[in-house]
Amino acid sequence: MTGRTTQVTRYVLDNGLTILLKEVHTAPVASWWVLYRVGSRNERTGQTGISHWVEHMLFKGTPRFPAGTLDEAIERVGGVWNAQTSFDYTAYFETLPAQHIGLALEIEADRMQNALFDPAEVEAERTVIISERQGSENSPTFWLHEETRAAAFRVHPYHHPIIGDMADLRTITRDELYAHYQTYYAPNNAVAVAVGAFDSAELLRQIEALYSAIPRRPDPPPVTRTEPPQQGERTVRVERPGNASYIYLAYRAPEAAHPDWIRLAVVDSILAGASAPGGDSIGNRTSRLYRALVETELAAGVGGGLYPSVDPYLFSIMVTVRDGRTPEEVQDALDREIARVSAGEVSQAELDKAKKQARALFAYGTESVTGQAFWLAFAENFAGYSWYEDYLSRLDAVTLDEVQDAAARYLRRSQRTVGWFIPVDEGDPPRSAS
Amino acid sequence: MNVATLPGPHDIARRVLPNGIAALARENPHAPSVVITGLLNAGSIFDPPDRAGLAAFAAAALLRGTFQRDFAAIHELLESNGASLTIGGGLHSASFSGKSLAEDLPLLLDLLSDSLRNPSFEPAQVERLRGEIVTGLKIREQDTRYVAGRAFRALAYSDGHPYGRPMGGTPESVAAITRDDLVAFHRHYYDPRGMIVVVVGAVAPEEALDAVERALADWTADAAPAPLPVPGAPRLDRTRTEFVAMPGKSQADLVLGVPGPSRFAPEWYAANLANHILGVFGMYGRIGAEVRERRGLAYYSYSRLDGGPGPGPWRVIAGVNPAHVEQTIAAIRAEIRRFLDAGPTSQELVDSKANFIGRLPLQLEDNEGIAGAILSMERYGLGLDYLQRYASLIDAVSEADVLDAARRYLDPDRYALAVAGPALPGDGEEGV
Repeated sequence: MTGRTTQVTRYVLDNGLTILLKEVHTAPVASWWVLYRVGSRNERTGQTGISHWVEHMLFKGTPRFPAGTLDEAIERVGGVWNAQTSFDYTAYFETLPAQHIGLALEIEADRMQNALFDPAEVEAERTVIISERQGSENSPTFWLHEETRAAAFRVHPYHHPIIGDMADLRTITRDELYAHYQTYYAPNNAVAVAVGAFDSAELLRQIEALYSAIPRRPDPPPVTRTEPPQQGERTVRVERPGNASYIYLAYRAPEAAHPDWIRLAVVDSILAGASAPGGDSIGNRTSRLYRALVETELAAGVGGGLYPSVDPYLFSIMVTVRDGRTPEEVQDALDREIARVSAGEVSQAELDKAKKQARALFAYGTESVTGQAFWLAFAENFAGYSWYEDYLSRLDAVTLDEVQDAAARYLRRSQRTVGWFIPVDEGDPPRSAS
Repeated sequence: MNVATLPGPHDIARRVLPNGIAALARENPHAPSVVITGLLNAGSIFDPPDRAGLAAFAAAALLRGTFQRDFAAIHELLESNGASLTIGGGLHSASFSGKSLAEDLPLLLDLLSDSLRNPSFEPAQVERLRGEIVTGLKIREQDTRYVAGRAFRALAYSDGHPYGRPMGGTPESVAAITRDDLVAFHRHYYDPRGMIVVVVGAVAPEEALDAVERALADWTADAAPAPLPVPGAPRLDRTRTEFVAMPGKSQADLVLGVPGPSRFAPEWYAANLANHILGVFGMYGRIGAEVRERRGLAYYSYSRLDGGPGPGPWRVIAGVNPAHVEQTIAAIRAEIRRFLDAGPTSQELVDSKANFIGRLPLQLEDNEGIAGAILSMERYGLGLDYLQRYASLIDAVSEADVLDAARRYLDPDRYALAVAGPALPGDGEEGV
């Protein structure tokens, strides 16, 4: 083991497949990701949840690798594999002992074009996915997020939940799933990333041998439903059985490639605690909102989130109301604290702290090849991979004026959606019988 | 795999301090960070029966202020350096883990030492924390997986066994805990004897051990250390079931299982392989193949073996549509019966063994993974050469060993079963 790490190298094959390679020789492992530029963002009404369902079907076999054989092949060599579907992408990965990376290359090349979508498997998976949605529905915050996001986006497909609406999960057909697969699973709509202990030149030869013959497809249709400007504050109340109230506050935010995004990331860090791409989180007990809400015993917890997205998305704040307190009093305190920040009350010391925290978090994020490969693929999709590589230097260049200016422009009441979860009694109280 | 490159006696430094603390360190120079992890014998099995949740409450209170630093000072120190430190109560132990840039290791150890030894349990902080814990417990009352798991424990470990109590307590038991209870629990159970500290990261091993020694060597305890009670758990004499109805839920969670082997049991590796074949390998093993893949009954359905210092549970966990609960239980029991009748196939055992051995590089990729492995070596007396011996330990397990281990614990006709979810369609008031 040498510990040697190289810069990222980027290639584009003739069929349009983008490839990013980064050697990291710190442990004898390697991670291979294939990300497709398709997610709930690309779905229309009547087919919500279809990208996520297609992701499930890619684990249901090809003529070469029937269902189940790959789970076993991966586990036999001590690897892991999984996939995730989000708003803007669907991504698949394998992380393996480095000498087995070839298995990952073969699996992804095969299922980029040969997934079966067997009708019986589609129906079995319908139950599994409905069950997945029902599992989420058990959580009060799932309903709150779903309803608040739906109110925040009237036109743009970010309106829809990634898992899909139940009505669509009941009616999507096998042929619709297959058509979605054929439209979006093309080398010219994909980003492939390897990070780990390999030789780049040798790996590139293996990748070319497996992927360069996969035919290019017509470019997928663009997403045209841009969200119009918001004309005032929107409010949502979700009333369901539960034992706690929650507040979910969502401000319109710019897309990740916008210069304001990183300035708003600093605002997020100061308000709700540190975060950085790829890093673990650290505590947020010195953040503005923790002090204003949790230390005052109004809330049991608070967190913030700014998601790097292809199209303008949301900056959100989630508060768990403390037992015995009301959402009204928490909302008042929350609004007072946000008003201070939007009025320009941000100090150089706070900006410096946010920068130092991001540096530490970034260092933690470089321990794992899986996380690094994910972030390269993810960033390549929304802004180009250098968004991730240059994150700290761009953050370092952010000035106090820019942070104050971004806070004033984005933290406006007219540009937010306020969601409340209000627990109500419904039916009998919990009972027990044996 | 070259076993010589795995952490072992050649690169793990170990030092037992005069006060009983075992400190271990290994260098990983590849990232400029360091982790610390470890534990002390101060878990919830020491909770008095009428004070469920005391150990967890005490552990959570340690970072709320000491006689030298108040809450704000502790967290400003951590967060302004991009560092993190958490202390939490477990079943047998209170455990801690922290992370920082390598140059901040002394700071991290100093904070750890201060919070373990000198917590002030300042009344206002105790009340603030109590409110957060109670809110969290009330939220968990709405979580079908948590409610099913808690009911399962009460069924599988009855007659006052400490594993049968909810580790975090209940809103009522936490409300009854006084500041004096916290102070007394801390005085009695926070003790350097039996404590383990592991440091892994961009710090030379001897330097790391010196730093541990500087922070913790002068900690001496007044009282005799409490003996570590690890009560056994008898095989269940009959099936015990409970159904907890939760209005407004869409999905039911079920837990079906028995008290299992401890990590010290001679049949540990055989039982672990049996569990892997039954409910882990591939897409959740035989149970996942039947319940999720073949029948599409559940989003997840898998089995889990806890181990630990005592008879931790061996159980199957599933999240299912309420209409599928009965079918799922029948399918799980049928898979257990089939396994106990015929045992694993030779191919299944070969596959699971290959996974156990082959996954080491991934498990040991980052600082946390390495530190966790070293902590287990010390906690369970496995020896510093455990990873070098590991492949031969796994290879030595036979099909007959796996079947014997499964038969020793599992029984398709005698188990504890808890279901939490919406009322079952067509079901009477007596539940399943």
